[in-house]
Amino acid sequence: MRNLFLFLSRNYIFILFILLEAVCFFLIAQNNSYQNAATLNSTNKVVASVYSTISSVTDYLNLVENNKRLAEENAHLRTLLPASYFDTTVVRNHKVDTIHNLEYSYIEAKIINNSTNRRNNYMTLNKGSDAGIAPEMGVITGHGIIGIIKNVSAHYSTVTSFLHTQSKVSVRFKNNNYNGSMVWDSDNSPTEATVIDIPRHVPFKVGDTLVTTTFSPYYPEGIMVGTVKSFDIDAGSNSYRIILKLSTSFNDVSYVYVVNNLLKNERKQLEEKQKDAARGN
Amino acid sequence: MLPEVIKSVLRFFLLILLQVVLLNKIRFAGYINPFVYPLFLLLLPVRIPKTLLLILAFITGISVDIFSDTLGMHAAASVFLGFMRPYIIKLLAPRDGYDSDAVISLKQMGILWMVYYLFISIFLHHLFLFYTEVFRFNDFGATFLRVCLSTITSVVIIFIILLLFDKTKVQR
Repeated sequence: MRNLFLFLSRNYIFILFILLEAVCFFLIAQNNSYQNAATLNSTNKVVASVYSTISSVTDYLNLVENNKRLAEENAHLRTLLPASYFDTTVVRNHKVDTIHNLEYSYIEAKIINNSTNRRNNYMTLNKGSDAGIAPEMGVITGHGIIGIIKNVSAHYSTVTSFLHTQSKVSVRFKNNNYNGSMVWDSDNSPTEATVIDIPRHVPFKVGDTLVTTTFSPYYPEGIMVGTVKSFDIDAGSNSYRIILKLSTSFNDVSYVYVVNNLLKNERKQLEEKQKDAARGN
Repeated sequence: MLPEVIKSVLRFFLLILLQVVLLNKIRFAGYINPFVYPLFLLLLPVRIPKTLLLILAFITGISVDIFSDTLGMHAAASVFLGFMRPYIIKLLAPRDGYDSDAVISLKQMGILWMVYYLFISIFLHHLFLFYTEVFRFNDFGATFLRVCLSTITSVVIIFIILLLFDKTKVQR
């Protein structure tokens, strides 16, 4: 016993060091586990209000670029309005549409904190559960995908950016139906991504567009994710490794849309049931 | 002149503010992010008790963490730096040792000493930080390159800060 105390008193600096490091790694592990709401993050009221202030200043710097982008998007949306189509039918039946259910609704939000320089990147949005945002909703812009909502407080929410080691998004070519998985590899820069699992018989060329598929419950189908930049086949492998140029520029996005998939829970429950049944057999 | 304690407290807030508000938004060449907040730990007096140094390191790291959503990472790296600092100072000791009330500044220690001190300390800090962040040794080379480039950037910025605030004439 005496020896133990002697040992402790002689090495207490080292023991304190190990203790503090243990606390740190406990915090890291807790904060990294998916969906585990940590209390000390940028949804915290004090921190978020600091970021709101900073963001309200930096907004002015991006005003020109954002106006241009919004105008472009407005123009694009305007072309989709029924009023901008020429009506070729003569007789029209007006009916209450019971065949089409609304599947996605969108919530507009603004990024008030954003990182792209780490291996695991997160963002903070200026809207939270009060605006109807909930964890696991997808986040997109007019130009591509952004990520998935992670934590939500009353007025703020955090997003797991696509620029994250564990990101995996199902994508397909726009002009055919072959699909693969898009990941953010360790040698990808913040403007690139890697698409794997595209079989080698699939015809495509540099510059082809890839879009999201219906496999993902987070994003609507057909959202552009990027264009093919280069590709190769690993020796002994049966599939392409495609380097993609992301259509979202993660460094300067500021306005985003949060996607609310109204039928997600129904789909999830059904798929869970299927999984349980498979496990039972 | 202000007493050393008040100076340290001021330095703490200024450096964390600088880090969070300005430097966390800077990305040289896309992904090089300079970190200057370790300077607070590096400028504490030479004879500060090791226990206090470790606890201050933890507080500094956690403060930066809360603002950058990386809970634990900067704290871990700072505590590591706090633990290593006495050894680094011992390694760089002049032949006749330090004065009992020695403070670390460009004026007292000289440029060469400061360059060695900053490079060793910041390198160790960044090494620990970046490998904690990646948490695997798969892309060892890529991470190591980031460590080296970030160390150089951080040291240059820290040196500029030191030159700006250490107004008294520098000895050689």
